[in-house]
Amino acid sequence: MRAFDLIVVGGGLVGSATAWGAARLGASVAVIDEGDDAFRASRGNFGLVWVQGKGLGMPDYARWSRRSAALWPALAEHLRDGTGIEVPLRQAGGLYFCLSEDEFEQRETALRRMHNEIGDNDTRMLRRAELADMVPELGPRVIGASFSPIDGQTNPLPLLRALHAGLERLGGSYLPGRTIDAIEPGVDFSVRSGTERLVGRRLVIAAGLGSRALAPLVGLDMPVHPERGQVLVTERLRPLLDYTCHTIRQTPEGSVMLGDSKEDAGFDTSTTVSVTQGLAARAATVFPSLADAQVVRTWGALRVMTPDGFPIYQQSERHPGAFAATCHSGVTLAGAHALALAPAIMAGSLPDDLASFTSRRFDVPAA
Amino acid sequence: MFRRLEGSDERPVQRIEFEGTPIAARTGDSVAAALLMAGVGHFRTTPVSGTPRAPYCMMGICFDCLVEIDGVANQQACMVQVQDGMTIRRQQGARTL
Repeated sequence: MRAFDLIVVGGGLVGSATAWGAARLGASVAVIDEGDDAFRASRGNFGLVWVQGKGLGMPDYARWSRRSAALWPALAEHLRDGTGIEVPLRQAGGLYFCLSEDEFEQRETALRRMHNEIGDNDTRMLRRAELADMVPELGPRVIGASFSPIDGQTNPLPLLRALHAGLERLGGSYLPGRTIDAIEPGVDFSVRSGTERLVGRRLVIAAGLGSRALAPLVGLDMPVHPERGQVLVTERLRPLLDYTCHTIRQTPEGSVMLGDSKEDAGFDTSTTVSVTQGLAARAATVFPSLADAQVVRTWGALRVMTPDGFPIYQQSERHPGAFAATCHSGVTLAGAHALALAPAIMAGSLPDDLASFTSRRFDVPAA
Repeated sequence: MFRRLEGSDERPVQRIEFEGTPIAARTGDSVAAALLMAGVGHFRTTPVSGTPRAPYCMMGICFDCLVEIDGVANQQACMVQVQDGMTIRRQQGARTL
């Protein structure tokens, strides 16, 4: 038996950022993870650190996302200093393109509502002519775009690697290749995997799509479901995009990534011609020059979605010390998870500004 | 450094050109094999650091054999067969659209 201050179930971006953040405060931490065959949104995602448009109808989520984007530079710096791993971060601004007057008006209306809800909002609408100096030649159907100066991008692969390496540098244990056989709540939480038994003062369920089955073991409710996204990657190209676009981004190495499809495909991570064709066609509609780029790789991955798309953060009432943490934006929210959520969990209670993220919001009967 | 396997190669000659230099390849050669036979030491330079590279896997995976063939950039030399009259150039860094 091994004893820890904190056991995190799930070694994706949410669990790893939380675990690393706790270890940074001096806690002894174990992360129990599945193997390379796990559904792994942390490796398949698009890599945006994205704020604009997030949190319409839930101002606390808008604020939480903004806070995380603001914490990101510190996260990247701490990880570099602690591990030597460079997690690239570019927060030069993000564009969301509108291909019709309708889309433009809807976007403008949504952003105005958000401005009214959260007070501060630096996102603004740009007409086509105003975009001319910012991006390559636009296709004729582009009406304009919304622009937020705080949006940006990273690379989720070194991020995950740095969080795991950083955790171990801080004395934590990353334990991959495990499945959970039992969690027994008590004064401490006892977690059993095969013949191994770990005991933790506190427990975080951050197991992505696996959380649905694990959360009830400690009196929590995490009704998450998979939503497939497909991604295309082009050959490396000379720099052509200074700004991150919602569905199109260029990596520092030159690849252009196209993404942001949304499908209910169950637990199927394969790609389909119709969706990849759609992603490529929309990209070429925005930037016609991309039509000549060769696609070298495609993949599918599963988002971890709650019924309303917003995160769940909650402490178990029946078994205090057990916490739920899940969201579909493990990259954007990594800063907040590491540097705000983890300290709150180690202090034993979630702050008021996370109170609205309880899963009790799903208990309201549908009208 | 490279030589053809023992036995006479009866396959027809295909004349290609690399960076202006004529090369005699054989029907069925991949562009990568033909260039290596001709003693070409590096095929491309990398997009990030400009380091010279040559084929590594010869089976379509590593993308270290990228060249420009008949004006089309970023072609995998190991995956394309030679054709008479082909004009091949090094892939210098990333492609421009």
